[in-house]
Amino acid sequence: MNRRMILYILGKMLEIEGILMILPLLTGIIYHENATICYLITAIICMAIGFLISHKKPKKQNIYAKEGFLICALAWILLSIFGAIPLWMSGEIPHYIDALFEIVSGFTTTGSSILTEIETLSRCNLFWRSFSHWVGGMGILVFVVAFLPDVSGSTMHILKAEMPGPIVGKMVSKVKMNAQLLYKIYAFLTAAEVILLVLGGLPFFDSLLNAFATAGTGGFAIKNASIAAYDSAYVDGVITAFMILFGVNFNLYYFVVIGKVSQLFRSEELRCYLAIIAASAIMITINIANLYSSIFEAFRYAIFMVGSIITTTGFVTADYGQWPMFSQIILILLMFIGACAGSTGGGMKVSRIMIYAKTCVSEFKRMIHPHSVVSVEFEGSHISDSSLRNVFVYLAVYFFILFISILLISLNNFDFATTFSSVVTCMNNIGPGLNICGPVGNFSTFSDFSKIVLCFDMLAGRLELFPLLMLFSRSLWKK
Amino acid sequence: MYIIIGLGKVGQLLTKYLADEGHDVVVIDTNPQKVDSVVNIYDVMGICGNGANFDILQSAEVERADAVISVTTSDELNILAGLIAHKEGAKSVIARVRNPDYSSQQSYIREELGFDMIVNPEQAAADEITRMIMFPPAAKVDTFVKGKVELIELKIDKKVKLHDVILSQLSKVTKANVLICAVCRQEEVYIPDGSFVLKKGDHIFVTGLHKDLTRFCLDTGFMSAKIKNVSIVGGSKITYYLIKQLAVLGIKTKVIENNHQRCIDLSQKMPYSVVIEGDGSDKDVLLEEGVQLSDAIVTLTGMDEQNIILGLMAKTLGVKKAIAKVNHISASNFIDQLDVDNIVDPKSIVASQIIGYLRSKFSLDEKSSVVTLHKVVNEQVEALEFVVNENTKNLGKPLSEIQMKKNILIGGILRDYKLIIPKGQDTLEVGDRVIIIAYNIILNKLNDIFKDGYYE
Repeated sequence: MNRRMILYILGKMLEIEGILMILPLLTGIIYHENATICYLITAIICMAIGFLISHKKPKKQNIYAKEGFLICALAWILLSIFGAIPLWMSGEIPHYIDALFEIVSGFTTTGSSILTEIETLSRCNLFWRSFSHWVGGMGILVFVVAFLPDVSGSTMHILKAEMPGPIVGKMVSKVKMNAQLLYKIYAFLTAAEVILLVLGGLPFFDSLLNAFATAGTGGFAIKNASIAAYDSAYVDGVITAFMILFGVNFNLYYFVVIGKVSQLFRSEELRCYLAIIAASAIMITINIANLYSSIFEAFRYAIFMVGSIITTTGFVTADYGQWPMFSQIILILLMFIGACAGSTGGGMKVSRIMIYAKTCVSEFKRMIHPHSVVSVEFEGSHISDSSLRNVFVYLAVYFFILFISILLISLNNFDFATTFSSVVTCMNNIGPGLNICGPVGNFSTFSDFSKIVLCFDMLAGRLELFPLLMLFSRSLWKK
Repeated sequence: MYIIIGLGKVGQLLTKYLADEGHDVVVIDTNPQKVDSVVNIYDVMGICGNGANFDILQSAEVERADAVISVTTSDELNILAGLIAHKEGAKSVIARVRNPDYSSQQSYIREELGFDMIVNPEQAAADEITRMIMFPPAAKVDTFVKGKVELIELKIDKKVKLHDVILSQLSKVTKANVLICAVCRQEEVYIPDGSFVLKKGDHIFVTGLHKDLTRFCLDTGFMSAKIKNVSIVGGSKITYYLIKQLAVLGIKTKVIENNHQRCIDLSQKMPYSVVIEGDGSDKDVLLEEGVQLSDAIVTLTGMDEQNIILGLMAKTLGVKKAIAKVNHISASNFIDQLDVDNIVDPKSIVASQIIGYLRSKFSLDEKSSVVTLHKVVNEQVEALEFVVNENTKNLGKPLSEIQMKKNILIGGILRDYKLIIPKGQDTLEVGDRVIIIAYNIILNKLNDIFKDGYYE
């Protein structure tokens, strides 16, 4: 195992984190806030440690699959440990575990919070919290690969470990160009949302932070009442549209960039994703119509919540805890499905669900005609048995972790809905759950131990389980 | 952007070269595992599918491609893929066509069907073996300026009078007009200067005209008698080309092949060679046929191990020169330590042919671009041929005053059909052909060898 290369990439990642902290630092300077100094100190610490362990480029630069997984897992853990420091140091989140939970929730684009009063936070902390969504959405390592001049070569394994989805493809031949292209598309869409929100009358600061949270499909709001605080159909509409856009596979946007728009709708996953959104929104609208003054108002809240949950953003405009059980269950199901592969969203991903469905159908056929040869096709190509096995193992591991986490969270002795939904919402990187951790609640009453378990779940969900579990494999650490 | 169709041995080697040089590369193969493994190792894009399929080529953006290189196992597929690529606007098209039946129509394919280059690994390997047979002491022979100048690799062993010779004192040993331009000592490569001392076991790379190199080898004790008859084990495609070429040179050949049908084919096509049906790995068969009496043995069976073992066995029987074809095991130092004189690796010959062609075609300064390229010393050192033109810097300046980059050596200047072994007072003039030896540096044009800021 190439330990020096692992250290080198981790060092570079820390340097980048230090540089990224300059943004909240500037915010703090603009608003003359006391917390500013914490960002300066942490940025210096990050850059110093990063420089120390990566100033010499290793001769052997081979990165294989296991190095890729390990770099990915360690990078995200380090990123969170250092990212929590300014929140904790500023005294606004006095417990380090709370700060860690908050920033893990940020980087993994979950959006679950332990804060009861968000609006009292200083602006630089608010900025860092929302900005962490933006960085975590596309991935910190994708950023490292895209913008560091001397990291290249066989970095595909790192991207494979960090990018969500069962099959990771490239848009252009070079990994570096590919990563840059992803970030360009990402930044362009984010900028478009900021402009539209500013046009809708939101202050620039609010627009920027809400755009960050939408882009990463995170869901940290900067108001106690989340997006409902603006109470504007226009803002709801813009955010709904962008949430759904960020839940689409970014490789598809490349087709738009090169002018092959027709390719876009050939994607089975995209069509299925849009169909699920439409069907859920319509069913919920009909189900909740009598709660609101008009069918349009019901639809406005229904589509927002459907978009918010399926893309795993987790913004709220309505307290869905008050909705009928049918609607609540639809939302819970959407939590599991998640967004498209290769997007910034979490969850199991629409493509995996489709592969499960198709495999089940082909297995039924095989039961009826035992000698038939059936192959599973997805996006126009045959899925190899090894990919299929991987996708099914993912499902098994997913539920394994889910049930163990539920068991551990149950030590808090909360009601079933809270216990169950808190793990589901964290593992799928959504944000709000039901009851105590519901749209109007938060995670502050959970024990420290539960918070650490949930941190693990969030990271596992964001990195699609395997990288994080690899850390527990003894053979990985042996020389 | 380059498209490589077919990830066989040549395809993978080309992918490695092109990706390491930093180009955009798209690889196409029908086997998903192969595509996967290549994409994981090299920074390239992989497409799984038939490279002659129009849709697949479209998705690889063939219309933007600088070159489409088709090296699948099927000649016909390579030609079809090349035709589509040419029609769709790829700037240049290279295909591998290896069936001897098509070898006579190579020029037709190039001129009428729009192909820029047709490569044939077997033909290239046969060419190389022929050169080796003409130059018995050399481990490897590469040629420049249409074969006029040669670069040969020699190993210094006990009987050679070169060990512990300081290069500046070389003229005391031999008066031949040659230059030692690279030395490989235990995996380390040196570009030697006058103070360099040769040691036993060194591999030296020498440039010069054929007659000078012959004299050099005679003076220093490398050379023994000329080769007059050759035994060939294995009747492959290379055998076919090789027998033809050796027959032209008047060298007698004897082929041992154990497949009956192949023997009949060979004897019909090659009436001037003796074809023997028998198992070449059987020592008795070899002895019966008097292999030990032939001057050289060439082992061309389909198995690398067998080729090497047979070569070793022939050496112990007293054959002077053994040449073995190796396909799978890359010609590493391990094989160099064995007593087989020459290793022929068709895939790397073809890969460097293609790379040389691409470099010359797509270099920025088209006139002073690469004419020939050979990769030597385990592919670590490149020997390149350039033409000096008006745009070349430092024209007419004595070489001693020109500042050149590290690890670069001018191995020879060919002017008016005479080879100049460069000394301090020599100059570069328009029309010269120069041979450059470069270690660890990629040259696209002649001006790349100069240090920046030292031209007028």
